[in-house]
Amino acid sequence: MAVTFTLNGKSQTVEVDPQMPLLWVLRDTLNLTGTKFGCGMALCGACTVHINGEAARSCITPISAVAGKKITTIEGLSADGSHPVQQAWMEEDVPQCGYCQSGQIMSAVALLSKKPKPTDAEIDDFMNGNICRCGTYQRIRKAIHRAADLQTSKAKSA
Amino acid sequence: MTTSLSLDRRAFLKTGAAAGTGLLIGFHLPAFASSAEEQEKKNPNPLNAWVHITPDNHVSLILGKSEMGQGIMTALPMILAEELSLDWSKVKIEQAPTNPAIYDHGTGGSGSVAGSWLPLRRAGAAAREMLISAAAQRWNVNRDTCVAKDGGVLHGARKNFLTYGELAEDAAKLPVPDFKTVPLKNSDDFTIVGHDKRRYEVSAKATGKAVFGIDARMPGMQYAVIARCPVFGGKVKSFDAAKAKAVPGVKDVIAIDGVPEGAFTAGGVAVLADNSWAAMQGRKALEITWDEGPHAAESTEWLHNQFVENAAKTGKVVRNDGDADAALAGAAKKVEAIYEFPFAAHATMEPMNCTVHIRPDGAEAWVPTQAPQWAQDIIVGISGLPRDKVIVNTTLMGGGFGRRYMGDFVMEAAQIAKVTGKPVQVLWTREDDMQHDFYRPSSYHKMAGAVDAQGNLAAWKHFQTSTSIDAMWSKDGESHAENSEFATALFIPYATPNYRVEYTLAKSGVPRAWWRSVEHSTSGFIVECFVDELAAAAGADPYEFRLKLIGDDRKIPDFSNPKEGKPLDTARLKGVLNLAKEKSDWGRPLPKGVGRGIAAYYSFESYTAAVAEVSVKNGVVKVQKLCYAVDCGRPINPDGIRAQVESAAIYGLSASLHDAITIKGGRVEQSNFNNYQMPKIADTPKTEVHVVMSKEEPTGIGEPGLPVVTASVCNAIYALTKKRIRRLPIRKEDLA
Repeated sequence: MAVTFTLNGKSQTVEVDPQMPLLWVLRDTLNLTGTKFGCGMALCGACTVHINGEAARSCITPISAVAGKKITTIEGLSADGSHPVQQAWMEEDVPQCGYCQSGQIMSAVALLSKKPKPTDAEIDDFMNGNICRCGTYQRIRKAIHRAADLQTSKAKSA
Repeated sequence: MTTSLSLDRRAFLKTGAAAGTGLLIGFHLPAFASSAEEQEKKNPNPLNAWVHITPDNHVSLILGKSEMGQGIMTALPMILAEELSLDWSKVKIEQAPTNPAIYDHGTGGSGSVAGSWLPLRRAGAAAREMLISAAAQRWNVNRDTCVAKDGGVLHGARKNFLTYGELAEDAAKLPVPDFKTVPLKNSDDFTIVGHDKRRYEVSAKATGKAVFGIDARMPGMQYAVIARCPVFGGKVKSFDAAKAKAVPGVKDVIAIDGVPEGAFTAGGVAVLADNSWAAMQGRKALEITWDEGPHAAESTEWLHNQFVENAAKTGKVVRNDGDADAALAGAAKKVEAIYEFPFAAHATMEPMNCTVHIRPDGAEAWVPTQAPQWAQDIIVGISGLPRDKVIVNTTLMGGGFGRRYMGDFVMEAAQIAKVTGKPVQVLWTREDDMQHDFYRPSSYHKMAGAVDAQGNLAAWKHFQTSTSIDAMWSKDGESHAENSEFATALFIPYATPNYRVEYTLAKSGVPRAWWRSVEHSTSGFIVECFVDELAAAAGADPYEFRLKLIGDDRKIPDFSNPKEGKPLDTARLKGVLNLAKEKSDWGRPLPKGVGRGIAAYYSFESYTAAVAEVSVKNGVVKVQKLCYAVDCGRPINPDGIRAQVESAAIYGLSASLHDAITIKGGRVEQSNFNNYQMPKIADTPKTEVHVVMSKEEPTGIGEPGLPVVTASVCNAIYALTKKRIRRLPIRKEDLA
């Protein structure tokens, strides 16, 4: 079945099994490997992307469900790593193995779009579906606060 | 390293390749020779092996170890860059090719910095001296008047400066200085080592561009998943692939044999498809009858009963100073306790995978591995190709923690690639990963200790029965199964004249191997919780009690390896104990409902202490705060050290706060993160890590943060609730 959607700002059509999860379409059909496989059951958040601006677990999202929708992956967040959340992630030196971090960053971006100045409790609440086996959580919290500051200063200077 | 196991781990890494495919790994290989000595023997031209400099002055430093999150891709090149006086912001880092003649690739045992510190300083210094000589020759001046500075050579008097790029070609042709005598930089002049550096590959990891094993893509590559017998030791009896082959996208179904020795693969039925998902769907459609093998009746309950039976008898005496039984019998205060630990899974975020193409004329593989040499050897063995025709590209790893020492996933991929002749990526699902791991052993400990009227430790008795790692991995392992199970529990820092340790092997079909901090994860918990029990029995403050029992400054030999193991330096242990006490403000009144506990421990030649503050509400433990002090010798990248300790804390808590791996019907009951839960951001305490700015030789830090975390947390639970946690994970009923 042909499914057409917008991927990182560009129209994309794929001819695949309609039940195939978005994750595998991204990774195996389109070779966009920044989005990761962790559990296949929406338990770990490594596969998090945005569907129409909302954080979603691509490992349980059939490709047929995204027809006509706007998908953003880690590759689409910025061309050069300049997104404030990515900048904050680098400045706080968050990643260790780094495998979960695409998903962490996509969740953090979604959080900040809803709550530009989240509290620790709001961060913990929103980010609790993203597992990091290296335990970088403390730095994730710090980086989200830093990203919030960066976004505010960016908005002011704009 | 502190124990014979640690020695074995390093020996294993060095000799994994020699062990070959289908052979048992021989433990108790010749005692571990330091990497420094081995590297000296190699003595390669550093301008080829370790530093690549282009004529237009691009400098690449070569990484001979595997990056799995521990920051080695930053720490090791920092050492080279320091000796070369490079501008750190400009260097590039390249993964070394798999070449055992030059590199000791094996990455584990928290040994990379410790083992590479001197060899890399020497390699960097040798390269620097060659570049200086080339400049001096160019200028026709005395080389003593030239210095290395900012990525080039400066001749002060003439104000001449040549970049390394301008010198490298000439320098590479000069004789290589003797690594043993090459002058090393004065550590007072260090501008890179000892300074916080951001992770080299941080940008790639924040943008999705980092390439992990699972991201390897080759033209025409097929994706494979494998159905393995869910029962350990079982195999395929028969299968029908018709329905699997009918799944759209499925290209092939192949049976592969198990390789029970060496790689310890289960074998099974592989489904190959043009994408991972189709392969998974194909696997679901397979019809397989299993031969469940000899372990189908094993269960956690059965293992527990075996532990209890073993503990009723005397074990093999591992250490026996004085007469512990007599001292216990006549003791003023005596404590007895039983501790028990379940199997634990590694659960790396990136499930196991391996991508291989075996052609008639050569092979290439992309492997997220801690043991690239072994991976190469497995592919050599399966393909029959000469070693120089087998290229193994070590990728970034989505976590290792010991799991990626293993060769099982490489063996499977090589077996399939040999049959198809096409590039194949073998992918494990989370369920595969959780149910076919090599687990941290399950163990049971009967402790007895006594305190005399003066508050001294009158006796320490420790009986352990466990599913030993050594018993599985070495040919005659059952005869020395205890070697992998005690570590520092064989030479505790708490002085006692009566010290007895016994061991009995427990049988199990469950595969075991090295999990982050290995036996220290349990030994650290037992020693530090049981000494806390004795402190309480003596009515003493847990910090003061430890300090008193550690006593004078002295060096305690590594009991398992007194000749080569670094002794435990009690001054350094007291150093971290005191630092953690001071930084945590030990003794400060706590809010109601918060308890505080302490632990200090020696592992991987490093010293760690932690003070935990916890609350308990409705049977749920919440770790509020962790304050760590760590002494791992000279810090290379202090912020990297802090990151590793923050990480080890969460990893340790993962085996304490939530789930265990349990066995029923010879198989693992857990399957994914719903029933084997991980700590999440909301579980994360505020963690401070205070790093001692030591000038001692650098030692390990990937693992040493782990053994103290659960001990300090459970000691805090006791301080708050008077309940002793002696089995993990922490259960509600044990808090009630």
